[in-house]
Amino acid sequence: MSRVRTICLAVIALALALFGAGCGGNDKPRLVLWHAYRGDEEIALKQVLAAFEKERDVTVEVLALPFDAYATKLESAIPHAHGPDVFLDAHERLGSYLQNTLVAPSGDALPPEDRASFDTAALDAATVSGTTYGVPLAQKSLALFVSTALMTGEPTSFEALAKRDGLPDGSFPLAYEAESAYFHAPLLHAFGGRMVDAEGHFVAATPEGEASIAFLLELKKARAIPDEPNGALVTELFASGKAKAVISGPWFLADAKKSKGYRVFPLPKLRETGEARLRAFLTVDLAMLSPEGAKNPNARALAKYLGGPSSAKTRALVGKQVVATKAVWDDADVKKDADLSAFHAAAETGIPMPTTPAMRAAWVPLEQAIKKSVRGDATPKAALDEARERFVDAMKPPPPRPSPTPLFVVLSMVLVGLAMAAVKNAREPGFSGRWRASIPAYKYVAHAAIVVFVLVVLPLVAGTLTSFFAGTRNDAQYVGLSNYIEILTARGGPLLGHGSFWLTLLVTVLWTVVNVFFHVGIGLLLGVLLSRPLLRLKAVYRVLLILPWAVPSYVTALAWKGMFHRQYGAINAILSTLGAAPVSWFSKFSTAFAANIATNVWLGFPFMMVVTVGALTAVPKDVLEAAEVDGATRWQRFRLVVMPLVAPALLPSVVLGSVWTFNMFNVVFLVSGGEPDGQTDILVSEAYRWAFTRNAQYGYAAAYAVLIFGLLMLGSRLMQRLGAPKEGAKT
Amino acid sequence: MDKKPSLLESVIVHTVLLTFVAFAIYPILWVVSLAFSRGGLSSSSGALPVPHDPSFDNFRIVTAGSGGIFWLQLGNSLIVSLATAVVAVVIATPAAYALARFDFVGKKAGMGTLLATQMFPTVASAVPLYLLLEALHLLDSRAGLVLVYATTSVPFAIFQLRGSFETIPVELEEAAMVDGATRTQAFLRVVLPAARPAIAVTALFAFMSAWNEFILAATLLSRETAFTLPVVLQRFVGEHDAAWGPFAAGAMLVSIPVMALFYLAQRQLIGGLTAGGVKG
Repeated sequence: MSRVRTICLAVIALALALFGAGCGGNDKPRLVLWHAYRGDEEIALKQVLAAFEKERDVTVEVLALPFDAYATKLESAIPHAHGPDVFLDAHERLGSYLQNTLVAPSGDALPPEDRASFDTAALDAATVSGTTYGVPLAQKSLALFVSTALMTGEPTSFEALAKRDGLPDGSFPLAYEAESAYFHAPLLHAFGGRMVDAEGHFVAATPEGEASIAFLLELKKARAIPDEPNGALVTELFASGKAKAVISGPWFLADAKKSKGYRVFPLPKLRETGEARLRAFLTVDLAMLSPEGAKNPNARALAKYLGGPSSAKTRALVGKQVVATKAVWDDADVKKDADLSAFHAAAETGIPMPTTPAMRAAWVPLEQAIKKSVRGDATPKAALDEARERFVDAMKPPPPRPSPTPLFVVLSMVLVGLAMAAVKNAREPGFSGRWRASIPAYKYVAHAAIVVFVLVVLPLVAGTLTSFFAGTRNDAQYVGLSNYIEILTARGGPLLGHGSFWLTLLVTVLWTVVNVFFHVGIGLLLGVLLSRPLLRLKAVYRVLLILPWAVPSYVTALAWKGMFHRQYGAINAILSTLGAAPVSWFSKFSTAFAANIATNVWLGFPFMMVVTVGALTAVPKDVLEAAEVDGATRWQRFRLVVMPLVAPALLPSVVLGSVWTFNMFNVVFLVSGGEPDGQTDILVSEAYRWAFTRNAQYGYAAAYAVLIFGLLMLGSRLMQRLGAPKEGAKT
Repeated sequence: MDKKPSLLESVIVHTVLLTFVAFAIYPILWVVSLAFSRGGLSSSSGALPVPHDPSFDNFRIVTAGSGGIFWLQLGNSLIVSLATAVVAVVIATPAAYALARFDFVGKKAGMGTLLATQMFPTVASAVPLYLLLEALHLLDSRAGLVLVYATTSVPFAIFQLRGSFETIPVELEEAAMVDGATRTQAFLRVVLPAARPAIAVTALFAFMSAWNEFILAATLLSRETAFTLPVVLQRFVGEHDAAWGPFAAGAMLVSIPVMALFYLAQRQLIGGLTAGGVKG
């Protein structure tokens, strides 16, 4: 019992630690700044802020956030005045921030007389329909990194750069993430194409767009660039001297320093298009003011200071930023930095990324078109036309405001149904007696019911309600049931067409069945083996076998993705030692699906194993002994004695495991990413895409969520019906 | 049961276990070798995960990051996850017991609702939770985060515990109550000790759900000194590039307490086997 006391003490200590978070008193004016900078940029920012605090006699509270949580955090905090006064972000998100009123005009943080001191392109990027939102800080665009050990001087043209010239196998004249839309954009621009125009139309499906993809296919054919290039591979090739040149951004500088010497140049000319340059997208980091911050003179002063000459010099020299403040480029120290000057020159040739929210919906279709062409599944023309259709479909405006009657009818039918069921129950004989007899039970469940209702059920109900709206959060428009109708009718396309609800449902069901089969099978097998009383090394086995579950799945899922890489992945390396041909895992549905399954089975079997071990410990030993005395074989003992005893404890885990697998979004997103062509997407990853990559259609995503919920309810009802006779026999 | 298994049988059992151990640790060896590589992984390593230019640099980068408050943030993670486990178990255990033993009005509906909460995919759920915690004045506090984590793991905890309570013979409590114990005493003194393994597993699940989460933690907390480790680790993944080496090193550091915890919970499991008063 002394252990109980220790636990109690620990609980009390925990409670104290949870609430004991004091804030030091400080009467200086306080400002809050949020950013997602890392490394040198973060160090420079801290120095700049320290200088500002001294000069202005204020306290700046800095919060560094992970990029993946940044937008969500801004979206939840700023509308409720818990957000920062100033936040740093790239200009291309201005469009969506404006839709949600997260950002206010810069006002006197960027007075007219200061405008001349910034680069024009950077100012343009910060300006949306004539108003400037944010003080330009730094410009980021792609440039060319050349290995000085392998090449001398600036390449005269892209074609000259891409010549193999008898390089050995495994080495490449050029490496970049060719199949990403962001990295393809410079080629598209060089051929005279554009991604999205000022009115928010997808304009890459043109002869120029086709020519840019055809050019990429030639590069592939000539083996001028590696297969399935990703950031890690590009870094590795350059560092090990297996790539003569690399196209990347300022973030690559730290990695480039690990190579045997490099130089940075602006992107080269493309001879084929009459000396036109490759022009990358330019993104500009801005110091933006939240609506709260814009009212605060100190916050405006901070934004102004961040863009000012002394801050810019620190950010350039310490943070290695390509600052947007002109005066800094005349500074002797800054001039000495060849990398910075080269990136500055590259930025000058860049094209500011459009701020229209349509841009967000254009990346995935273009990327899918590039990948489809590279796989040879479609001609560039067909692939781009399809991309345009997908873009138009994603951007389809919400239907005209319908009458609320159909929704009202459906909702009242549901309510009447529930009420009738309740009345029927209440009419049953002995109801009041049962009700009174229930009171002791309520004492046990009340607190759980309350917290689950408030913190789990209420947010879900709120989510359900959004499904009757379209548009962004700020500008939501009631559309009744039309989100549901759109989804169920596959948005007017063929019912089993690409990305339709019904086709995705089939994939999801297959995904769930295969995964749960392996989870339960492997989990039971290992659980039973680990419960053998005389097993040696039991503890070691148990700890090693739960490892997949113990290591954060974000990093292991990406490790699996790396293992499935065609050229450098471990799986193909194993296959080749066995004499099999390498497999291009993510180019076919079957293999991409198998890769997802392998990852998810790996992630999920420890859970079923632990549950089985837990359930088996509750099986009374003497029951097993009795069975043995009765002369049952091992299989009979397992099937007739052990299984019926552990099944009640296992069943809920199997049901929940199926539900979780059905909604397992991480693995699909991180491993195959829906490849090829979105075919391995499951329902929940489709829902996610509607919310985050297709014009922020939260209502549409919510409708998906409600449908998924409905399907799972139906599925579990069916399972209960099928399992009912058995359960009846048991009791 | 004291019969010794035959040699052949032992060989088969160990072969099967070793095969799955290999399956389980192979991808993790890649993470480990990445964590120990100074300059990222080498593409020439093929099928064997060997660190390239081995060093402890990545670990140093992780522990020295964010101005030396790594250990404070590790402490936050431990506090938040342990509290989540405790709160989830405390909330779920009585409810699970009632669902296993009592018949009451609304039981079926309650079970249905619990299952239903697990069926709703959580796309963009951070914003409603943010509003709720704001209303409860629990924003930017670890207590609020614990409450959110604990409640989200309560439905599963209830299922898990209810299943295990159902395998405990009713006769045990009845015997105790015949001996003069109240229902509550029977629950606390007889049922809970017998269900200890299941409680340990449930607590472990709740702990894990809090241990690796970063989106909600980053959204609901606004002070670096209150951040949990996953938030800090996720900072190594930027918009354009990621520092995979430090990230892998951090992931390894983060998994060590979990393995230790599992090792301890495992003793509980075995303890449940030998000491559980189920024999009666």
